[in-house]
Amino acid sequence: MALDSKIPKGPLADKWTKHKSNINLVSPANKRLIDVIVVGTGLAGASASATLAELGYNVKTFCFQDSPRRAHSIAAQGGINAAKNYQGDGDSTYRLFYDTIKGGDYRSREANVHRLAEVSTNIIDQCVAQGVPFARDYGGLLDNRSFGGVLVSRTFYAKGQTGQQLLLGAYSAMNRQIGRGKIKMYNRHEMMELVVVDGKARGIIARNLVNGKLERHSAHAVVIASGGYGNVFFLSTNAMGSNVSAAWKIHKKGAHFANPCFTQIHPTCIPVSGEHQSKLTLMSESLRNDGRIWVPKKLEDVKAIREGRLKPTDLKEEDRDYYLERRYPAFGNLVPRDVASRAAKERCDEGYGVNKTGEAVYLDFAAAIQRYGKEQAHVKGLDENDAALVKKLGQDVIRAKYGNLFQMYEKIVDQNPYETPMMIYPAVHYTMGGVWVDYNLMTSIPGCYAIGEANFSDHGANRLGASALMQGLADGYFVLPYTIGDYLADDIRTGTIDTDLPEFEKAEASVKAQMEAFVNNDGTHTVDYYHRKLGKIMWDKCGMSRNTKGLNEAITEIKSLREDFYKNVKVPGSTGEFNPELAKAARVADFLELGELFAKDALERNESCGGHFREESQTPEGEAMRDDENFTYVSAWEFKGEPAKAKLHKEQLDYEEIEVKTRSYK
Amino acid sequence: MMNLTLKIWRQANANAKGKMETYQMQEVSPDMSFLEMMDVLNEELIDKGIDPVAFDHDCREGICGMCSMFINGEAHGPDRLVTTCQLHMRKFKDGDTITIEPFRAKAFPVIKDLTVDRSSFDRIQQAGGFVSVNTSGNTQDANAIPIEKHDADKAFDAAACIGCGACVATCKNASAMLFVSAKVSQYALLPQGKVEATDRVLNMVNQMDEEGFGNCTNTGACEVECPKGISLENIARMNREYLYASLKG
Repeated sequence: MALDSKIPKGPLADKWTKHKSNINLVSPANKRLIDVIVVGTGLAGASASATLAELGYNVKTFCFQDSPRRAHSIAAQGGINAAKNYQGDGDSTYRLFYDTIKGGDYRSREANVHRLAEVSTNIIDQCVAQGVPFARDYGGLLDNRSFGGVLVSRTFYAKGQTGQQLLLGAYSAMNRQIGRGKIKMYNRHEMMELVVVDGKARGIIARNLVNGKLERHSAHAVVIASGGYGNVFFLSTNAMGSNVSAAWKIHKKGAHFANPCFTQIHPTCIPVSGEHQSKLTLMSESLRNDGRIWVPKKLEDVKAIREGRLKPTDLKEEDRDYYLERRYPAFGNLVPRDVASRAAKERCDEGYGVNKTGEAVYLDFAAAIQRYGKEQAHVKGLDENDAALVKKLGQDVIRAKYGNLFQMYEKIVDQNPYETPMMIYPAVHYTMGGVWVDYNLMTSIPGCYAIGEANFSDHGANRLGASALMQGLADGYFVLPYTIGDYLADDIRTGTIDTDLPEFEKAEASVKAQMEAFVNNDGTHTVDYYHRKLGKIMWDKCGMSRNTKGLNEAITEIKSLREDFYKNVKVPGSTGEFNPELAKAARVADFLELGELFAKDALERNESCGGHFREESQTPEGEAMRDDENFTYVSAWEFKGEPAKAKLHKEQLDYEEIEVKTRSYK
Repeated sequence: MMNLTLKIWRQANANAKGKMETYQMQEVSPDMSFLEMMDVLNEELIDKGIDPVAFDHDCREGICGMCSMFINGEAHGPDRLVTTCQLHMRKFKDGDTITIEPFRAKAFPVIKDLTVDRSSFDRIQQAGGFVSVNTSGNTQDANAIPIEKHDADKAFDAAACIGCGACVATCKNASAMLFVSAKVSQYALLPQGKVEATDRVLNMVNQMDEEGFGNCTNTGACEVECPKGISLENIARMNREYLYASLKG
């Protein structure tokens, strides 16, 4: 099947407006006759559920957590971008569009990204109307800050809990519709299979995690909003339950999976402390507004620090290497995430890592504390030369801006970041790749949509900070609710889909067989044993730096690990009870397939772009080197029985508005 | 490294009779989080053919509100302003006995072991925890109504509630007043929430009572155990809102 991105014709800036006017609508009376399933309740899923229900569709929404409010969007810290230009610093829809395309290293679709930039301003208006308590200045107006890879302040925030506040806003919009009976909410339910009838997505098989019962749910369209697959690395900043299963199930039923190797490794996370580690904690990118990143210049100082003989605060300015400021003077500490992560790895690989494992760099707030302290002393008419006073006033400012992050750091690391620099290291955070969708956000299965992090559409090979929240809400509130009507307009006479159809029966039987196979396997190793092994292969061979040899090894190793998993995994308990290990086994089974496709995709893309760094493709200075002639396309993989046989389809990316250039932040 | 004795509440399902079971843990690192210690225990139990302990958890960074353990008689354990997932083993010492129970309340029935059903919280939010504005995006400009920074900050502080239920588990009456008042306060402090203020507080309090939560007797235990530091001021504000709404209604 050929890929048709269905990008509307006409000038870029008019495409979305014209498209909205041209697509089919469903009348209010007919919307009542149409059912839509939404899987996942993060920003994309919750906002889509609420809006579809407001429009009049009957919505059934599923989440595996005990409440829709727990979805992992809740953990997003720093902020959400919008081209409001409230700061008057030259921002515009075009600039947000341009920054996002450039940030994504010219591997995303112009039309989608422009639409995202257009609707970004509506998001802020909408959220404020819902009562989302964004940060404000003393004049009572909304405050902004800066994020990596841009030269304007367009990020709206609510302390370090922006994701929480936006998600609770979307959750409240959902609650209103649940109360009205327009959304039927299924908590602690996991989607196990997509049901396709006559080539169209017509329902899902869900497993009730409390009692293990399999349930058939039918609908006229199915929306996948199940997030990203960062947990294929085992250790990531994702929640423990975050998984690829819903996206992978639709892939196996015919939805193409795009750019699986495009993964974001976030530069500022708390370093790994030991073998027992279960997840990694992010320290928001917003900290790079005020924190300076450095390692010692001399290896003997590194040694002294590791052995506890020297404190970082005692190291003189001239003995510190602020390597981001040195290498990238224009953007300094606010280079995009992929660039910052690779630079940290480069220093640590050279032996300059500052903790016991050698995998950590400093993020230092001392200069910001001084700067803010002096400013406050001046504003309050106090003594600007009183060092203790300045420090206290400066710390108060930092506390007001990032208090919750500093507290989180202190609880985990047991060090006070107001007094000594934070230690940070890159960690897997977000996946730009995902289910391939057309301009309408429909996958290659008619009637099956993918929104938010689950799709691949807007971030190319690298996502800019504070753009994930923007995309999730844009898709859910403002894009999908329009585009889905165009498809559903043909379904107004279809009537309720019967769950007794043989397709439902067959799908349920296959899930039942898989569940029973797990609990009856009588193996020797736990699910986590396999998940950790997979994670290690992924991190070592498909992580921040990739090469042909490593990727080929990864493909072989993952395949044999998967075979071992099916033979020897041990899942306790039964299928008919609350059994978290069984739920985990099913998710890891899917990661073991996705991981192989991931490596295959990384191998095929023999260029460096954004977060995908192929050692074979770099400049003499070690910067990523794209190969536009051969790789200006989206890799969309079609499932053919197993990951090794996946078939590649290429969607060529045409840049009409933007000149494709070497991405430079120097 | 520490050796610990764990006494954990085991209950096969909602209808089963539960009891405390004792497990020994060797070589626990002080850098582990409490839930990582539980992960290690579960790996050992599975190896021994014993059913692992079921507990709720997800984000493991203190924001999703899913983890919910009652540790040594305290919701989320001995540390302050943290959830169970952020509690680290350095808060314990070698040889300690640690008692782990679920969050107990009539409105939080046990599903299995340490996992409880908190959907009563969702139903309270569904009764009125929202502003009735359609998600069309065609609202007024976000900066059209300036909001005093002090009020905006206070609304944020109230909105920081993660809905974990520690307040209920801690309260001797299993009252949900801190949880409900946080949401009521967030909207009461913002102009967007004022339009529906009367119905909101009446409906949410009514639903809270229907779910079987207890009354507030102002002991303040909830505020002490709240991992997000939600203030008792919110309860006072909700009482005022409720009184005003009742008189008006």
